[in-house]
Amino acid sequence: MIDLHGYGPRLLEGALITIELGILSLILAVLLGLLTASAKMSRSWLLHRLGTLYTTIIRGVPDLVLMMLLFFGGQIGINQITDWLYVQFDIDIFINVNEFVAGVVTIGLIFGAYMGETFRGAFMAVDSGQIEAGRAYGMSHWLVFRRIRFPQMMRHALPGLSNNWMVLLKTTALVSVIGLSDMVRVAAEASKATREPFTFMIIVAAIYLLIASVSEWGFARLQKRYDVGYGEAD
Amino acid sequence: MEALMNWLEAQLADNSIFTLQTLSYYGQGLSTTVQLVFLSLIIGLVLAVPLAIGRGSKHAWLRLPIFFYCYVFRGTPLLVQLYLIYYGVVFVEGIQETWLWVILEKPFVPALIAFTLNTAAYTTEIFRGAIKATPRGEIEAARAYGMSWGLMMRRIVLPSAFRRALPAYGNEVIFMLHASAIASVVTIMDLTGAARFVYARFYAPFDAFLFVAAIYLCLTFAILYLFRYLEKRLLAHLKPASG
Repeated sequence: MIDLHGYGPRLLEGALITIELGILSLILAVLLGLLTASAKMSRSWLLHRLGTLYTTIIRGVPDLVLMMLLFFGGQIGINQITDWLYVQFDIDIFINVNEFVAGVVTIGLIFGAYMGETFRGAFMAVDSGQIEAGRAYGMSHWLVFRRIRFPQMMRHALPGLSNNWMVLLKTTALVSVIGLSDMVRVAAEASKATREPFTFMIIVAAIYLLIASVSEWGFARLQKRYDVGYGEAD
Repeated sequence: MEALMNWLEAQLADNSIFTLQTLSYYGQGLSTTVQLVFLSLIIGLVLAVPLAIGRGSKHAWLRLPIFFYCYVFRGTPLLVQLYLIYYGVVFVEGIQETWLWVILEKPFVPALIAFTLNTAAYTTEIFRGAIKATPRGEIEAARAYGMSWGLMMRRIVLPSAFRRALPAYGNEVIFMLHASAIASVVTIMDLTGAARFVYARFYAPFDAFLFVAAIYLCLTFAILYLFRYLEKRLLAHLKPASG
């Protein structure tokens, strides 16, 4: 059996942090993505510009740089705001940026931009006749979104969504650099302490491959669910 | 040049963070990043062409190992691959006594190896898709002309596959530029490394990281426009006829 020098439980905890981080930032990214897609498709000039600015900047800068900017800069920025509130209005609050929250927010913010592009393409692929039919039935905007646009959009968005998730999963490894004890950080520490980098890094790589394979299976099932009514052809 | 330096110095006179000293760190970082990205892309490209051909081979002994290599390197984070090679290379038995150690001792080469293997895996998949999309008629025509397999690959399949692969490869180049920021984790002074140094020295995260983000943004746009230009030149025949 492989000797983990007692790092087994910590590695497992790290794997859980990776999974939690991945899922929470995926949820945030999907929400931001939907917002961005709506902003970019809206008739408002300002919203359109804002959406474009967000996706362009986020997609043009490395994840690690954004993460460091938000993590190292976030605390200082928040401190400045709370200081200002204290001086101006005598409101005394203290917010401490937790690494985990910073990680979720950063990854969510980064992938929200990618999701936005995916969703925009998918929304535009929904036949406008479907929406008109929904309106003709007297459905409200929200009901049209929930019952018609969203389910049909998901069919087109799923391949892109699944791709983004795979990239997001691998990006979670970067949080180890800003000090979160995910499995990559545990493995790096263990490698240095035990001088056995191959053992730990290969285990971590295998866990990533396992998560990726499981989610690939899950996405295939989801795709099947959303393809209902379209036959096997595409 | 002298005048330019004097002008720059005067401009920066009342700026405590962006002095000529720190700008030179960013300059060196830029050169390291560009070297790292350029070298890994070139070597990765050279490796990817035979791998992509082998990936579509009839023989399982050739196809499966390449599939496995691509699967592993595309399915795990680059950071893990970098750690594996960076920390792992020290523990190869007896390597510290050989001449190889002189180059492997510095983090640049392990990072270059990790980046090259990573981009080669992605590029292999891009090329495989492009080769698979070769119209059957072109292959049949080549066969009918009595071309050998090698000649057909060289004259018919690869040139058109390269063109088809161009848009996806442009994305891969940008991806590699962004991924290269990870090199700063193993103490390489690339662009991000320079930003981290400036941040630590002045405790000024916004100045340090926003400046470097702007540089990356410019590099990204430069790559984007280069590939757009190349696509316009090389894919002109695929455009729908205008008019």
